[in-house]
Amino acid sequence: MGRIQLKQVKKSFGDVTVIPPLDLEIEDGEFVVFVGPSGCGKSTLLRLIAGLEDTTDGTIEIDGHDATGLPPAKRRLAMVFQSYALYPHMSVRKNIAFPMKMAGMDQAEQDKRIASAAKALNLTDYLDRRPGQLSGGQRQRVAIGRAIVREPAAFLFDEPLSNLDAALRVGMRMEISELHKKLATTMVYVTHDQVEAMTMADKIVVLQAGVIEQVGSPLELYRTPRNKFVAGFIGSPKMNLIEGAEAAKHNAQTIGIRPEHIGVSTTEGTWQGTVGVAEHLGSDTFIHIHGIPGCDPMTVRASGEFTVTHGDTVYLTPNLEHLHRFDAQGLRLP
Amino acid sequence: MARSVTTNRKIINTTAAWVIGLLIFFPILWTILTSFKTEAQAINDPPLFLFFDWTLENYAVVQERSNYGRFLWNSIFIAGGSTILGVMIAIPAAWSMAFVPSRRTKDILLWMLSTKMLPAVGVLYPIYLIFIKLGLLDSILGLTIIIMLINLPIIVWMLYTYFREIPGEILEAARMDGASLKSEILYVLTPMAVPGIASTLLLNFILAWNEAFWTLNLTAAKAAPLTAFIASYSSPEGLFYAKLSAASTMAIAPILILGWFSQKQLVRGLTFGAVK
Repeated sequence: MGRIQLKQVKKSFGDVTVIPPLDLEIEDGEFVVFVGPSGCGKSTLLRLIAGLEDTTDGTIEIDGHDATGLPPAKRRLAMVFQSYALYPHMSVRKNIAFPMKMAGMDQAEQDKRIASAAKALNLTDYLDRRPGQLSGGQRQRVAIGRAIVREPAAFLFDEPLSNLDAALRVGMRMEISELHKKLATTMVYVTHDQVEAMTMADKIVVLQAGVIEQVGSPLELYRTPRNKFVAGFIGSPKMNLIEGAEAAKHNAQTIGIRPEHIGVSTTEGTWQGTVGVAEHLGSDTFIHIHGIPGCDPMTVRASGEFTVTHGDTVYLTPNLEHLHRFDAQGLRLP
Repeated sequence: MARSVTTNRKIINTTAAWVIGLLIFFPILWTILTSFKTEAQAINDPPLFLFFDWTLENYAVVQERSNYGRFLWNSIFIAGGSTILGVMIAIPAAWSMAFVPSRRTKDILLWMLSTKMLPAVGVLYPIYLIFIKLGLLDSILGLTIIIMLINLPIIVWMLYTYFREIPGEILEAARMDGASLKSEILYVLTPMAVPGIASTLLLNFILAWNEAFWTLNLTAAKAAPLTAFIASYSSPEGLFYAKLSAASTMAIAPILILGWFSQKQLVRGLTFGAVK
């Protein structure tokens, strides 16, 4: 079981409130991702759940029991840190065994769990090495191994992939997702990378300045962002937000249209602009276009190869079915 | 780009380093040389450097007159005891200052260090009186405690600087893994800080070994360590330079040998964690 409920949880450091009172429910077995820009409070929120920070106010319940005042070890949660936080003076085996040793588990059971975790994480050949002799990816797997053997109620991940290179990150992302499917244990995952959030999460929690902007499945957030912030944060490349006369035509303060929902042509269309930069990825072409009133530059995604270069004139046609409208407060209009 | 050093420059630097090194070492060298001279040779004018009749007579006399072994044992006990006791108190103190600092931590650290700026003689009277009241005068226990207290600020400071180099996330990981505060310090922090703790132990052992003010003022015959042993060969015996030198050489030999074999740790200790 691993159901986590945050009720009116608040965190202040001195006079500075980093997390105003918030409520959040994380269901058992869910993969929840906290995402937001740097300094939005997502790591603090995770550390509050872990018990590494004390809450200023409110309660945190784990499986229906009040865990607010419990020390981290008593919460039955395991955490994987950004820096891996392995014990450098211990072998991989001892690192993985550490939480079991602390729990006073008998040696036979410890050995069994170490063997099974090492097998699952491809670490069997490295058990007698020190963390310093491992690559970044292997270190991260040791950190995950150390978390798994405890059989926790939930796993907490604090930006676990940010220290890895791009290729390794994609690989580890899939490994963690697969692990979640296999273990079916609750996972709470913090990242600033919205691609990680979109690809891994059952439920995404978008945070800004300690405030939850929206909670929902990746596609919910993509299709119906509740406000301008979520609209701009979720999706890659970012949604184009257009203000002024063009927005007024649709009875909104701001309208938003995603790059993939704009048609591009060299001959005709609703809006006319000039190409600033064209990024040719092979599968897609991202074109950044200047000269569209209320949105500069506007980004458009053309499927496949679309041959334009800097300075070319192009015409754009938005797909109005996918238009998002926001009011003066930045909230979504129906 | 690495800074290029010309050969000439290197020669000048090396010579300068040797000159300064020898200048600092000279008093010790002279003491050692004098200890092998006769009393007459020791005060010879002009001074004799290497060409004299080498003799072990002074050592024999010193050993005969006073019990070197007992002074040595007292020194080992006081220096070792005060260092170990100090580190045991300083580890938790440095832990709390490094990992759960409060707004006042910096002030406390500075205040602790400021006590080292006080002339020791300024507190001699009160401490002397306290020692009399507690019956600690001329006792190994009393000296161990006072020397531990004198060096404690330095021990805490040194350990604090080493602990600050240890990433807090590792200790948090230990906490998540179910470690109690005791296990966290015992199994995670201390093993990771072993090099730092070792140089702290070493440096403080040397400081305690060489401490003369308190050992001379608070001891008589029973608990006197090697510093008192040297002192006993100065004024009361008249100007017996050779014997005084022999006593000094015997007193500093153990610490000199210890220092020689642990130069690496000492350099780390003296640079206060600035060099990784």
